[in-house]
Amino acid sequence: MGSYILKRLVSAIPVLFGITVIVFLIMSLVPGDPATAILGSYATPENVEKLNRDLGLDKPMVQRYFIWLGNMLTGDFGRSFSLNRPVIDEVLERFNATMILAGTSFVLCSALGILAGVASAARQFGLADKAITFVVLIGISVPSFFLGMMMILLFAVNLRWLPVSGMYAIYGGGDLPDLIRHLIMPALALAAVATGVIARLSRSAMLEVLRQDYIRTARANGVEERRVIMGHALRVAMVSILPVLGIQAGFVVSGAVYIEIVFQWPGVGRMLVDAILTRDLLVVQGGVVFVAACYVLFNIAVDVAQCLLDPRIKT
Amino acid sequence: MSAFLTLLFRNRLAAMGAGVIAAILLLVLTTPFLPLHDPDVTATADRFMRPFAEGHPLGTDHLGRDLLSRLLHGTRLSLAVGVAAALIAAVIGSSIGMVAGYFGGRTDNVVMRGVDMLMAFPYILLALAIVAALGPGLMNALIAVAAVNVPFFARNIRGVTVGLAGREFIDAARLAGMGHARIILTELLPNVLPVIVIAMSTTVGWMILETAGLSFLGLGSQPPQADLGSMLGEARSAMISHPHTSVVPGLMIFLIVMSINLLGDGVRDALDPRLRSGALSRPRATTLVRRQGDIPPATDDLLAIQDLRTEFHIGKRNYRAVGGVSLAVRPGECLGIIGESGSGKSVTALSVMGLVASPPGVISGGAVRFLGEDLIGAPYETLRQKRGDRVAYVFQDPLSTLHPLYRVGRQLAETIRSHHVLSKAEARARAIQLLNDVRIPNAERRVDDYPHEMSGGMRQRVGIAMALANEPDVIIADEPTTALDVTVQAQILCLLDDLRRERGLAIIFITHDFGVVAQLCDRVAVMYAGGIVEEGPTQVVLDTPAHPYTKRLIACVPEPGGGRRELAAIPGLPPVLDDLPPGCAFAPRCYKAEESCRKGEVPLQGPALHAVRCLFPERAH
Repeated sequence: MGSYILKRLVSAIPVLFGITVIVFLIMSLVPGDPATAILGSYATPENVEKLNRDLGLDKPMVQRYFIWLGNMLTGDFGRSFSLNRPVIDEVLERFNATMILAGTSFVLCSALGILAGVASAARQFGLADKAITFVVLIGISVPSFFLGMMMILLFAVNLRWLPVSGMYAIYGGGDLPDLIRHLIMPALALAAVATGVIARLSRSAMLEVLRQDYIRTARANGVEERRVIMGHALRVAMVSILPVLGIQAGFVVSGAVYIEIVFQWPGVGRMLVDAILTRDLLVVQGGVVFVAACYVLFNIAVDVAQCLLDPRIKT
Repeated sequence: MSAFLTLLFRNRLAAMGAGVIAAILLLVLTTPFLPLHDPDVTATADRFMRPFAEGHPLGTDHLGRDLLSRLLHGTRLSLAVGVAAALIAAVIGSSIGMVAGYFGGRTDNVVMRGVDMLMAFPYILLALAIVAALGPGLMNALIAVAAVNVPFFARNIRGVTVGLAGREFIDAARLAGMGHARIILTELLPNVLPVIVIAMSTTVGWMILETAGLSFLGLGSQPPQADLGSMLGEARSAMISHPHTSVVPGLMIFLIVMSINLLGDGVRDALDPRLRSGALSRPRATTLVRRQGDIPPATDDLLAIQDLRTEFHIGKRNYRAVGGVSLAVRPGECLGIIGESGSGKSVTALSVMGLVASPPGVISGGAVRFLGEDLIGAPYETLRQKRGDRVAYVFQDPLSTLHPLYRVGRQLAETIRSHHVLSKAEARARAIQLLNDVRIPNAERRVDDYPHEMSGGMRQRVGIAMALANEPDVIIADEPTTALDVTVQAQILCLLDDLRRERGLAIIFITHDFGVVAQLCDRVAVMYAGGIVEEGPTQVVLDTPAHPYTKRLIACVPEPGGGRRELAAIPGLPPVLDDLPPGCAFAPRCYKAEESCRKGEVPLQGPALHAVRCLFPERAH
């Protein structure tokens, strides 16, 4: 197992390398002088000159890439001109908030999606199956940002159950219950689409597995039906559900951008959108590379989990 | 094609989706000709008018612009941008995929590595980076969304192309001296096009949503031009005071995406042949029971199958797999059931404990009695408590019948713990003992093996150990040795025979092999077309078969050392079970059938120990 994890980690190095190349290439599409683009049109000539020197912007592209890469490896992602602080500090702080939101959402959509899919498959064509199928269809069709807005209208404005937006109350908040109250709506709105996708997939995976001979064997042995479904069948279905969870994690992180805007959540997504609108390109560059790298590592964890789940995979 | 459309529209939801999309497209195409307000003319005096206001059916927005007009123009723009993005992504992605798949080797490797890199990003990061570099704007959002979807097309189309690139018509084109570009365009493209179209139809909804999303963030269409996303984004600040300005564009996006999804699902279902036969339905925990007719009275046998009828309802057809079978076993007795594939022997066996897959299986009559108690129609829990505890099964293919992801010890322990209160350690000890009982060497180590780590013979021993786990009274073995080679088969048979003698358990042994029957069984029942045609002591039936079918079946068996005997295959095929002729089911293939055989049911009759269902039984030699 240990050697497998190591092997997967080593195989991630070229991917991480590739990610930086792609981001670098995209960023080189910026029209005009990069230093002016980074510093904004009001920058003084001295500042432009200094940045050109610091980032090696006057050097050829390949050399520039390696300077950038080297800086990042030492934790230097540059300095944000609009926030006037190191990009990495801002990214880490925002990443924390995004992880709370996206992590909660991911756990929610995995649990709800798999449960709904299993329940749907176990009672195929029954009332529960139809109801779940209907809710799932709505869930995957409604844009998360619209769903979030409607939730605010209903639960915050009309019913006054939950706060409208933000991560903590401005006055007297800051503790865990306060965070949870602020987290409920954005986490649910963000989870909706992924829940639908996972539920659909889990349902068809379970239907496929329930027809297999070893399920009949379990039943012939007198294993209780609940264990047959939740143990025998789900265990095998998980082998095909897990990779989809990995993909959906990417969609949750993507959807978080919209949800963070709708709910004023101080995460990476909002930081990126704000940075694009203020043309603070070093923040965009650093944020994208950092989150993409984390996503690559997360997918390695999914592969390892897959390996633990299915002993037939050669490690 | 028309069959496909019929199938598609039989799915009511897909038809609904198609209808909604068609209506929206019609509205959007005729928008410039409709008597609408100018979508961009502001009238601040009329701001935030509610829906159904005079002259503004959907009200006005924060600048007093007519919402209906803005909605239709916005939908037009959103659809146009989404479709354009889909087209661009399809053209670029498919080209990359075709080139990679066609040339293969190094080119393929390098290109697909690049595609994989792109797929390593959560999609929005890539889109945001592109918009950041190019600057906010609808064109740039379109480019970003298209670029993000290129890898999806490249991957799919490459997969299809790789399969086609090795085919003869490509080689022929090469030998004919055509250039690579020409082969790709004239030979490859027409074959790949349907896949491209399907991939586009499944992603276009996504791309509409993604461009709307970027506009919502303020990174797409810029004022005063508005698509659905930017309408929603602008309305957000007034969402609490004037929700209708948000609800109108939001519902439109929802409607578009949902109808595209419904249509896409319909297309996929119509293309997936498995769904047509209804084969994707999952079997229930017990077979459905819809008994008609009287329930036979109890007997004093250990296990009695009485006039059992099991049918398969597939579509409008009823396949009568088991049509009135009666059998019984006493303790310590081994009963063989023999017959060709499809004769109903397995279904009979599975019906005993309600294990016939249902749907489509239905038990439509008769009874199965264990110590007099009727199991058909017994509540699930009663049945479950007997399953694996009093009546246990050994199945044919031990690789597919053992759970692939559980260690064999765990499966054994679970079988025991489903019926007895035992600690995990005790159950494990018992599992090791069981593996020893079925003569698996190194049982202490083997108990932690997965099925795929064992040989076929080993796995079948595990299957038998599992059947023995709770010391049942009856074991039903459904062709347990068919998948094994001859020497292993002999060992397994010896093992079963020993266990029967040691523990006095009754065995129902299902096989199509007379050699196995002769070796193991006290009595044998011969099945044909869902009914028993002959039953008697094994030696008597084998030596003096009374039914013509039994006789022909025995004649089919080659005898080692028997010299060059003529092997007599039975002419014709077993009958289709949804439309059985009246009278003897074997009559159409029987060399001595007469008119009377085809009239009315032939009863199973004869001396008490050797019954036969034939009007003209063979005479003893």
